[in-house]
Amino acid sequence: MIERNNILNDIDWKLVVLYLLLVIMGWINIYAAVYNEDHSSIFDLSQSYGRQMIWIITSLFLGLVVLLTDARFFSTFAYLIYGLTILLLLAVLAFGTEISGSKSWFQIGNFAIQPAEFGKFATNLALARFFSGQHINVKAFRTRFIPLAIIGLPALLILLQNDTGSALVYSAFILVLYRMGLSGNFLLAGVMFIIMALSTLMVGYLYVAIALVILAGLLFFFIKRNRRNIINLVALLMLGIGFVFSVNYAVDNFLGAHQKTRINVLLGKELDLRGAGYNVNQSKIAIGSGGFSGKGFLNGTQTKYNFVPEQSTDFIFCTVGEEWGFLGSMVVIVLFILLLTRIVIVAERQRSDFSRIYGYGVAAILFFHFVINIGMTIGLVPVIGIPLPFFSYGGSSLWSFTILLFIFIKQDVRRNALL
Amino acid sequence: MANKSLASRKQTVIAIFVAVGFVYLLRLFYLQVIDDSYELSANNNVLRYVTQYPARGLIYDRNGKLLVYNEAVYDLMVLPRQVKDIDTLEFCRLLDITPEGFRQRIKKARDYSRYKPSLFEKQLSKETYGYLEEKMYRFPGFFVQPRTLRKYPTPIGAHLFGYVGEVNQTIIDKNPYYKPGDYVGISGIEKTYEEELRGIKGIKIKMVDVHNREVGSFQNGFYDTIAEMGKDLYLSIDATLQEYGERLMQGKMGSIVAIEPSTGEILAFLSSPAYDPNLLVGRVRGKNFGLLLQDPVKPLLNRALMGQYPPGSTFKMVNDLVGLKEGVLTTSTRYSCQGPGSSPIRCTHNHQSPLDIYTAIQQSCNPFHWQVYRSILSNPRHKGTRENYVIWRDHVMNMGFGHKLGSDTDAELAGNIPSAESFDAIYGKGRWTSMTVRSLSIGQGEILVTPLQLANYGALMANRGYYIVPHVVKHIGEKSIDDKRFKKVTSGISTSSFEIVVEGMRQVATLGTARWYQIKDITMCGKTGTAENPHGKDHSLFMAFAPADNPVIAIAVVVENAGFGSTWALPIASLMIEKYINGEVSRTQIEENMINKRLY
Repeated sequence: MIERNNILNDIDWKLVVLYLLLVIMGWINIYAAVYNEDHSSIFDLSQSYGRQMIWIITSLFLGLVVLLTDARFFSTFAYLIYGLTILLLLAVLAFGTEISGSKSWFQIGNFAIQPAEFGKFATNLALARFFSGQHINVKAFRTRFIPLAIIGLPALLILLQNDTGSALVYSAFILVLYRMGLSGNFLLAGVMFIIMALSTLMVGYLYVAIALVILAGLLFFFIKRNRRNIINLVALLMLGIGFVFSVNYAVDNFLGAHQKTRINVLLGKELDLRGAGYNVNQSKIAIGSGGFSGKGFLNGTQTKYNFVPEQSTDFIFCTVGEEWGFLGSMVVIVLFILLLTRIVIVAERQRSDFSRIYGYGVAAILFFHFVINIGMTIGLVPVIGIPLPFFSYGGSSLWSFTILLFIFIKQDVRRNALL
Repeated sequence: MANKSLASRKQTVIAIFVAVGFVYLLRLFYLQVIDDSYELSANNNVLRYVTQYPARGLIYDRNGKLLVYNEAVYDLMVLPRQVKDIDTLEFCRLLDITPEGFRQRIKKARDYSRYKPSLFEKQLSKETYGYLEEKMYRFPGFFVQPRTLRKYPTPIGAHLFGYVGEVNQTIIDKNPYYKPGDYVGISGIEKTYEEELRGIKGIKIKMVDVHNREVGSFQNGFYDTIAEMGKDLYLSIDATLQEYGERLMQGKMGSIVAIEPSTGEILAFLSSPAYDPNLLVGRVRGKNFGLLLQDPVKPLLNRALMGQYPPGSTFKMVNDLVGLKEGVLTTSTRYSCQGPGSSPIRCTHNHQSPLDIYTAIQQSCNPFHWQVYRSILSNPRHKGTRENYVIWRDHVMNMGFGHKLGSDTDAELAGNIPSAESFDAIYGKGRWTSMTVRSLSIGQGEILVTPLQLANYGALMANRGYYIVPHVVKHIGEKSIDDKRFKKVTSGISTSSFEIVVEGMRQVATLGTARWYQIKDITMCGKTGTAENPHGKDHSLFMAFAPADNPVIAIAVVVENAGFGSTWALPIASLMIEKYINGEVSRTQIEENMINKRLY
C-alpha cells in the first residue's frame, strides 16, 4: 500500500499529461481523417476511430500494469525480454503474414500484431541493461561491439521482413551511444555523410568528389602542415571519396526502383505526381491548404475523401495540418518537443544508469519517429512508412509506445529506490 | 562518476530536438501560410464546378398547344488530370467510339487544360447514358452534364422557330454570359427571344473523393446558384392553320403569312419548301444542315421575310389610294381601256370601257392604273415629276413598303420602293418621267415586297388605313407582351379612301378574278397578282382579308413561278381563310388539288 501512494505522489504527471494529450488528439484526428457519415459516432467499433478507442483503453490498462510491476523486473529480465523478442522476429519471418509487402505481421483473427513494434523497447531494455553493467571498460572492443550487435540484430531481422522503415528506427540509438560517450564527431560525421550522400544523389558522384578534392586543397592551406595533419587530411579525403563512390554504387545496385524514385522525388529530380510523388504531393496539398487556422474539424477534403493515402496511419499529420492549420500543427510539434525534452530532463535526474540510458533510448526512438513521420508529410524526408507515436492509428504501435514510455515513468517513480 | 561531463550532453540533445522542431515549424509556416498554391490544388482536387443548364422556355401556340419542348441529353465531360487506369476498350465499347478516337479526344482535352473539364462526347442519348451511369465509378475523370435539346412534337414552323446551336467565339466575345459549349438561339424566334428563352445558368459546386465519386455539396451549397428555367413563349400562331398552310404549300416554293388585323398578331408564318425542325437538333444537325444547304430549292431560306417579289397587280390599290389622297382620282374618274391593244401598257382582261376605280380593281385593269399613276406623277399642284414621285414614295412607305416593319421575327428584309435618287442615277436628273417608270403603276419594275409586307398590306386594308406592327409572340411567361415596338402605324390616308378600294377588292371576290373561289357565308376582299420576274414563269400572288366588314384575318400567299395569281395563290389563300374562320374546309376537291400539286 505504501508503494501505491508513492506512485501517485512520485509519478511525473507532466509526462502522463503530455502522453494523454497526444493520444486523445490522435484519436480525434483519426476520426476526422476517415470520418464516415454512416457511422458518425466516434465510438463506432466498426470504424477505425472506434477501434482506436479500444487500443487507447487497452494501452492505458497496459500502462497501469507496467506502473504496478516492480521496477526491477524490467532491468532483471531485460535480456530475457530481448531474447524472446528476437525469437518472435524470427518466428514472424517463418510464419508471419504478408501485409502490403512486409512479412512482419502475425494475423490473429481480425487483429494483426507487428512484433517489430515491440522490438524497440526490448532493444532499448537490453541496451540500457548492457551499459548499466558494473565493469564497463569504454576502451574495450566488446564495449564497442556488443551494443552494435544488440541494435543490429533486430534491425537486420526487420530488414529481412522487408520493412526498411522500422529497421531504420534502430539507427536512432546513436543518440544513446552519444550520451554514453560516443564522440560528438560521430554525430557530425553522420550529418556530413548524409550531406555527401544527398549531394551525390543530386548532382552526381563525380562533382561531389571534385568538390571534396577542392575542399581538401583549401583546408591544406589553413591547417598546420605537419605530418600528422596531412595524413589525417588525406585519410579523410580518401574516406569521403570512397563514401561518395560507394553511395553511387549502392544506389545503382542495392536500392529497389521504388526507393530510388522516392529519393529522386524528394530531391526534386523527378516530378511524378501520379506515381511515387503522389503521396507526398497530396500530403503537402492537404497540409498547405490548411492555411493559418485550418479548414475546421471534419472539413478536411484532402484526407476525408482519400486524396491522401494512409491518412489515418502514416499520414495522420495531414489531417492536423488540413483541419487545424498552422496553429494546430504548431501545437502538435510543440507538444512533441516538450515531451522529448521532458524525457531527457527526467532521464538526467535518474540515479540508476539503467533508467537514464533507457530514458535516452525512449527519447531517441520517439524523436526518430517524429522526424521521419512529420518530415515526410511536409516533403523534407523521403517517404518511409513509420507511424507518428501516440497519434497514428494502430494497436501494435500504440501498445508498444505506451509500454516504452510507461516503463520509463515507472523507473522514474522508483528513482530514489533504484541504484 | 566518470560520465559527469557527459551529463552536459543533455544540452546538445535538447538543442537538436528544439532545432528540428523549429525547422519543421518554419517549413509548415511556409507551406500553410506563405505559399497559397496548395489551397488551389486542394480545391482542384475536390471541387467540381458543374454548370446547371436551365431548360429553355417552352413554346405554345395561341391556343396553348405545345409546339416546342425539351428533351434531356447528357454531355460526357472529362477532367484529363484525373483520368488514369481506366479500361479504355470497355469505355470505347460503351460509347461506341474507336480507341483512336478516344486518344484524340483525350489529347484535345489535355491541350485545352488538364485541370478544367472539357467536352468529351456531346449529347449522349438517355440509353447510352443509362449504360454508362452504372459503370461511371470505374472511369475516374469522367462525368456527365445534363443538357436539353429542342424537340418539336409537330414538325411545323421550322423557319419561324429557327434553331439552337452552340455559341461561337464571336458571341462569346460579345456577351460574357456565354461560355464555350453553351447553346444559343441562332435564328428565328429562338434568336430574337434568346434572353427570355434561355433562362439563367446556375452553378453547383460538388465535392468528389479520390475515386471521382460525388461526396456532397461544397459548404452545403452555400455558393451554389440555382438555374432559372427560361420563360415560356405563347405565340400568336395558330398551330392548326400553320400546319394546314404547310400542307397546302408542299411541293411548291413560296410563302404564306396571315395576320390578325386588329392586333397585328401573326396567325401563320410559313416558307416553302419547309423542313422538319427536328432535323436541326442535336448530333444530326451538322449533317442535315449540309444537306439542306445544298438543296437547289433552298429550304433554309425564310421566304416569308427574305423572299422579295414584285407585287404585281396586288399593288394597284396602293396607287389608287395615293391618287385619291392627292386628289387626282375620284370615284367618278373614268379611263378607257383598249384591252390588249392598250398603250403603253396593254390589258390582259376583257371588260367594259371606260371604267371607274371599282371596276378597274375588280378587273385588274392595267391601262386604268397607268393613267392613275401618270396623273399622280404629273400632278400640277407640285413641281415636276420628281417632286410628285417623292410624295408618292412617302405615301407608299407609310403603307408599310420599302422598309423593315420591325416585327419580332428574325432577319426581315426591307423590300424595295426605288428612291428618286436611284432613278436620277440611272436616267439622269430631270430626264425621267412617269413614262420612264411606268412599270411601277402595276407593281412591276423595281418594286419588291416580302410576303410579310404583303400580308401587312392586307391588314392595312382590313383596318381601313392603319396597321399594327406584326409580331408572333402574345405572352412571355405569365405576362402578356407589352412591347412598344408593336405600335399602331397610320398610313395618313383617309378611311373613306380605303373604303373605296376595299369595295373594289370585295368585287374582286364576288365579280372579278377571285369569284370562282368564294367561300360560303364569308365575304372575302382580295387582289390577285401575277408578277413577271426574271427568274422564269410568273409568280402567283394573292393578298386578302376576311370577312369584309369585321376582318379577323389578313393573308398574303406567294407561289413562285406558278403562273396566274388566280390559279395558285388565290385558292390557297381562300382555303386558309375558310380553315381559320370555319375551322374546317368544305371545298375538299380544291383542297386536294392544291395539296397534291407539285410545282418543282
